[in-house]
Amino acid sequence: MSLQAAGQRPAIARLFTLLRPTPSPVLLVAASLPVLLVLVPLGVTVVKAFNLGAEEAARLLFRPLVGELLLHTLAIAAAAAAASALIGTAAAWFVERTHLPGRRVWAVLVAVPLAVPAFITSYAWVSLSASLQDFAGALLVVTSAYYPLVYLPVAAALRGMDPAVEETARSLGCSPAASFFRVVLPQLRPALFGCMLLVTLDVLAEFGAFSLLRFRTFTTQIYAEYRTGFNGAGASLLSAVLIFLCLICLLAELKVRGGARYGRLGRGTRRTVARHELGGAKLPVLAGFLLLIALTLGLPLGMILFWLTQHGSAASTPVAPAPLLLLAATANSLGLGLAGAALTTLIALPLGFLATRHRGPLVTFLERAAYLAQGVPGIVIALAIVSLTVHALRPLYQTTGLLLLAYAILFLPLALVSVRSALIQAQPNLEDAGRALGLGRLAVIHRVVLPLAAPGLGAAGAMVFISVVTELTTTLLLAPIGTRTLATQVWADTSTLAFAAAAPFAGLLVLISLASSWLLASFFGRSGLLGTTPSGRL
Amino acid sequence: MAAVGVEHVAKSFGSTVVLEDINLAVESGRLVAILGPSGSGKTTLLRLLCGFDKVERGTISVGGEIVSGPDVHLPPERRHIGYVAQEGALFPHLSVADNIVFGLPRRLRAARHRVEELLELVGLPLAYADRPPQELSGGEQQRIALARALAPSPALVLLDEPFSSLDAALRVETREALAAALSAVGATAILVTHDQPEALSMGHRVAVLWKGRIVQTAAPEDLYRLPADADLARFIGEAVLLPGRAQNGSVTCALGRLSVDGPSIEGPVEVLLRPEQIRLASADSGAAGVRARVREVVYYGHDASVRLQLIGGDSSEELTARVAGYQSPHIGDEVAVMVEGRVVTYRGGRPE
Repeated sequence: MSLQAAGQRPAIARLFTLLRPTPSPVLLVAASLPVLLVLVPLGVTVVKAFNLGAEEAARLLFRPLVGELLLHTLAIAAAAAAASALIGTAAAWFVERTHLPGRRVWAVLVAVPLAVPAFITSYAWVSLSASLQDFAGALLVVTSAYYPLVYLPVAAALRGMDPAVEETARSLGCSPAASFFRVVLPQLRPALFGCMLLVTLDVLAEFGAFSLLRFRTFTTQIYAEYRTGFNGAGASLLSAVLIFLCLICLLAELKVRGGARYGRLGRGTRRTVARHELGGAKLPVLAGFLLLIALTLGLPLGMILFWLTQHGSAASTPVAPAPLLLLAATANSLGLGLAGAALTTLIALPLGFLATRHRGPLVTFLERAAYLAQGVPGIVIALAIVSLTVHALRPLYQTTGLLLLAYAILFLPLALVSVRSALIQAQPNLEDAGRALGLGRLAVIHRVVLPLAAPGLGAAGAMVFISVVTELTTTLLLAPIGTRTLATQVWADTSTLAFAAAAPFAGLLVLISLASSWLLASFFGRSGLLGTTPSGRL
Repeated sequence: MAAVGVEHVAKSFGSTVVLEDINLAVESGRLVAILGPSGSGKTTLLRLLCGFDKVERGTISVGGEIVSGPDVHLPPERRHIGYVAQEGALFPHLSVADNIVFGLPRRLRAARHRVEELLELVGLPLAYADRPPQELSGGEQQRIALARALAPSPALVLLDEPFSSLDAALRVETREALAAALSAVGATAILVTHDQPEALSMGHRVAVLWKGRIVQTAAPEDLYRLPADADLARFIGEAVLLPGRAQNGSVTCALGRLSVDGPSIEGPVEVLLRPEQIRLASADSGAAGVRARVREVVYYGHDASVRLQLIGGDSSEELTARVAGYQSPHIGDEVAVMVEGRVVTYRGGRPE
């Protein structure tokens, strides 16, 4: 949000920000390092693709395979964005604007699929029927996983709308339907477009779900070429194309979010909205919600429970679950999650501090560069790191430290949002007030800054923790040999069709993700939950 | 015939009775202000008129047609009632011109029907037509909201506290612009407000809504001069209330013998006079009148509010006078107190 604000300031104000007390060089370096880290994988990929030479690049690029991948990838991304927009908006409208029975419960249930990783949903459907391995199956899986990305911000936008606006439309002769299409929907448009672009971005970057469904997209093909070739030329070229698509989405999203945002006019007290009576539509709508929850939550959780009760031999590949491995994988997932959360929040701190205290052209540039990581899929980051370490930093290859660094690059934008808003809570004038009341510099940090910023920093850490635990792609490529996590184990077992063996790993993974999301939401409220969604990303 | 008629309307939410037995008539082309403190049920009445909520009992008719009644509830979009919400509620995604033509049929919308005329009516330049509403000040937003409400030529315009979000200077200016626009098109209108000066200056008639009932409907000057009871007198402007004894059209109280306006009562009464009816003169000037000492002066510039304590006699009543700023006395001064004009009496005053 404030990214755009910087650009809108008049020249005089910008001059002032240049003259602002300059931050210490140490802080500047500490803030720049993570940004460099983010730019390295991007640079490596582009340079490698360029090194191919025009002829070789053209040969690799204009293959029928690339055309097919492009078609698959774009079609699934567009279809998922459209389906998510439709389902997310409809669900939000019914929950926020009608007397839907049990709407408080639905409001939670509709958001919960966000805490179930797409590859787990994918595992559930694949283990139900192999016939789902096509476009329809892929659409079903990614839409189930990503429609809450639309639901949450649209529901928030509906809540934030002044009810008088709709009432005025009614008094000017609009029926309820006409007032929805002429007044409500146009106001939702910026939020809706932004969310659709984010769904597109997430689908472009999705690897696990498509890989298990054997649905070929850029990500799965990049992985396949990396596994077979190892020279990585084809993989980096495909990566470059994918980055290009992602960056277009990211820029469009920035533009939508920065441009047409219809601020509420007026600032007075907000009345509660008059909800619509559903009348005869009550039962069909309830049935729709029931179906939605059954498909997006009921079936994935149900399939996990089903496989938990089955003997290993019931699956296509009879492998029994291994209790010791389960313990080790859980410990690895939790350990990596905690370490990743700590490291990412820590490296986000200097940049977040600069962004809230020393705004200026340089800081704005650093911040925008850090957000670029959002537009680079995990598999591209992971591959770039692999090829860099294999060639130049061999001793680092497949070490835990490197994996943590990859997490930090991947989730820096996520942490940065919360760290920034946490530090904004601790306004400089409050620090001044503390100093004026006789507190020393350290005492001010201890008694003023930390108590104010702690919840936001906690939220940042919690979100990174959840993201790391449910992360598959980077872990798969960079984890030290022999280090299994819950996510990689689900992937490995499902790939070999050992569904019963995968079940305990999948169950625990979902349990950890749901529990920590629930904790996050109940500690930090709706804003904490929204932090994991697009509205909080920028 | 009344353009708008509200008869025996009642409404409650759960066990809370918000409106009971509301009766109100608005003649065509007139503006009635409904004045009430917050929580009096103003907004509920307005929502019933608009059709956003259903009446529990009673009927509402607009232009002779019953729009709300025991078995009737015309939806808002079919009532032809223009609505100006508290903060204007302009559509944030539409330009000023598109806001104004919103309620017109598609063909007229495309032609930007009457945009120019309506902008002029509310006193805004034509250049505003293509601006987004976000660029308008609060007062300008309210003007556009009125232009939008007037565009479909509604049978009635409802204004819900339209100036409450504006600062003092802008409030007066916007109030005048809206009043001028409404009277220029001869609109029938109901203004809901908690602000007495607003109700008294804008309404042809003022209806006071108090705890779910309309306690008095009168022309503004009658309402101020002859409030129905002492509580109402305190609500509408500042009031000085003194015990007295009435006899033969005059009343005797701590300020002497005063002539009575309105219905005359005999015996112990409560006497109402307004602070601006009290004139002060220097005690040394030899002026007649009861003596008082100045206890407190709140100086506003154009005028001042002076708290006085009567001296002499057996009365130590305190009262407030409003005097022109340049005549403001000082704390501790002794002054002579005189009353101009007539006073109002209410039965059941405290015994003398």
